Amino acid sequence: MEEILVIAEHREGSLRDVTFELLGFALGLAAKENFSVTAVVPGLAAEKIETLKTVCDTILHCDDQRFANYNASDYLAALSALVAERKPRLVVAGHTSQGMDLAPALALAAGLPLITDCLDFGWGEEGAVASRQPYAGKINSHLTLRPADTYMISLRPGTFEAETNSGKSATIETFKAPGESAPGRRFIEYLAAEVEDIDIADADILVSIGRGIGKPENIPLAEEFAKAVGGTLSCSRPVADNQWLPKTRQVGTSGKTVRPKIYIALGISGAFQHQAGMKNADTIIAVNTDPAAPIFSVAHYGIVGDILEVLPALTEKFTSP
Amino acid sequence: TMHIIVCVKQVPEVVDADLRITRDGGGVFTEDLEFDINEWDAFAVEAAVQLKEARGDRVTAVTLGDDDDESVLRHALAMGADAAVRIDREEFEGSDPLGIARGLHAAVKDLEPDLILTGAQSSDAGWGQAGVLLAGLMGLPYASLVVDFEVKGKTIVAQRELEANTLERVELSMPCALTIQTGIHKPRYVSIMGIKKVRRIDIDLLEAGDLGLEGLIGADASAVAHRRLSLPETGGQAEFLEGSLDEICTRAAQIIREKGGLA
Ligand SMILES: Cc1cc2nc3c(=O)[nH]c(=O)nc-3n(C[C@H](O)[C@H](O)[C@H](O)COP(=O)(O)OP(=O)(O)OC[C@H]3O[C@@H](n4cnc5c(N)ncnc54)[C@H](O)[C@@H]3O)c2cc1C
Ligand SMILES: Nc1ncnc2c1ncn2[C@@H]1O[C@H](COP(=O)(O)O)[C@@H](O)[C@H]1O
Repeated sequence: MEEILVIAEHREGSLRDVTFELLGFALGLAAKENFSVTAVVPGLAAEKIETLKTVCDTILHCDDQRFANYNASDYLAALSALVAERKPRLVVAGHTSQGMDLAPALALAAGLPLITDCLDFGWGEEGAVASRQPYAGKINSHLTLRPADTYMISLRPGTFEAETNSGKSATIETFKAPGESAPGRRFIEYLAAEVEDIDIADADILVSIGRGIGKPENIPLAEEFAKAVGGTLSCSRPVADNQWLPKTRQVGTSGKTVRPKIYIALGISGAFQHQAGMKNADTIIAVNTDPAAPIFSVAHYGIVGDILEVLPALTEKFTSP
Repeated sequence: TMHIIVCVKQVPEVVDADLRITRDGGGVFTEDLEFDINEWDAFAVEAAVQLKEARGDRVTAVTLGDDDDESVLRHALAMGADAAVRIDREEFEGSDPLGIARGLHAAVKDLEPDLILTGAQSSDAGWGQAGVLLAGLMGLPYASLVVDFEVKGKTIVAQRELEANTLERVELSMPCALTIQTGIHKPRYVSIMGIKKVRRIDIDLLEAGDLGLEGLIGADASAVAHRRLSLPETGGQAEFLEGSLDEICTRAAQIIREKGGLA
């Protein structure tokens, strides 16, 4: 039976949630195409792969210490050998910090056509098709691919439902790590997040500003509003990159995941990396001058308008008796 | 001292723009869009120029683009790059990221770089591929999503950004390649005067025909056979508040009181 090979991700000794999303996608496609699903797990201890048993047909496992922490050189050597040997129909990685690092190198080494940051992939009448959302999420792109024996994709995290039990009972096969450790790149250590000033994940109301705030001189407008509603200031990445607010206030994949009662997004376009950190808030209110901003697709309430006008007017509703 | 190559791409600014799709459904109208240096690439140039300032390194900016895209090279030169190379886009029409990386590789391989910097991704296509592919074609060790790095003798110690406020430190032997994530060092401001000052610097032009890439680039060599674009439904489930500014704010305040338990 033809195979979908899913590259499992783990960090600091545990499988990452995205692994189960990738498997959720792969199981769906496999059912349709009558393929089998194989999870490749380099480097995790045997007892840590138990949870994969019900969500794939085969686990390809290797508990060599060199794979304990993701390392481009060793992962590339091992995985390109596996792809050459097994010739799967599809190789699936996450569009994550690991997948962004590994996928292009693996595709190049194994000679696979690669589509990154996919929202979906499958086979249609015209052949293999993939969908993406380029242009900062403002365009849907539907791609038909050239014929190939094996394709590789990286899937956008948060797109597919994590599958934690599909009633399978996988067989475990082991694979051997390549003899020599590849030179060139060495993992040293993980660095923990910086010391918090406050933890935005504790707030009931988050007043969150994005690049649309324009300049640091405008931030007091958001501060006053936050004070008036008893909220806490958070932000999107460019605001932290510019050091207008501390990095600890950043919401998103590379920042914090938050779930406040109310999330008020002010001048934030709603890139998927931002949405991943806030889309589960109970109520989301977005203010943006651009009616096509992707943030409105996760918002419960939208205001198309200039935050520099809306903020003072809205603050007044809470401060004037 | 080192020779640092930094790859820069000119991109349309899309966040505030009304995007329209071409009639054949395969492209985005770019005529009325503003163009600028890809955000990630500005951070890469800044990182290169800071090394130059601290250590006397030499910085060459490289782009694959058409005439108009030379402005991205002027931008890099104004930030402090020493030299600039443009690979003409003509033969690359319809290339996938591998085709682009092949073009960059053909231009860069003879320049004996010690360090290659690219952005982590381009803001328009969002592939996040060309930097890692270029490293692969060069056969160099690499690290992606770098938010800080240090040159230590013949190695580079880089901090990669992972998820959830976590970083990892990795060591690379040089020569090597890094893809730069935003936030590393704030890119310096480029003024019109700054651009004027570098307008006489010659830009090296390479034509695909001279690079020996026949059959490896362009639409025929792309993984993608056909592309159909559409505009996403906007707004999803959102209820849009309408009326005068005062009416909108009254309603918004009511929602905040209710949902936030402030009533
Ligand atoms: C690996 C990786 C990880 C990332 N992690 C994160 C993350 O954790 N968090 C994160 O936020 N991003 C992250 N990003 C960046 C992300 O892709 C976007 O670039 C970023 O979220 C954009 O921030 P923004 O919405 O504030 O800015 P922009 O995208 O520039 O949007 C600004 C918005 O403000 C609107 N606007 C402008 N002026 C006004 C005004 N006066 N009034 C109202 N609206 C206005 C515009 O219409 C626009 O929609 C990551 C990217 C990568 C590659
Ligand atoms: N046409 C190009 N010219 C120069 N550099 C490019 C070009 N396309 C991509 N790059 C580089 O590769 C990085 C990743 O691009 P992408 O794979 O398109 O997301 C960008 O940040 C640039 O540094």
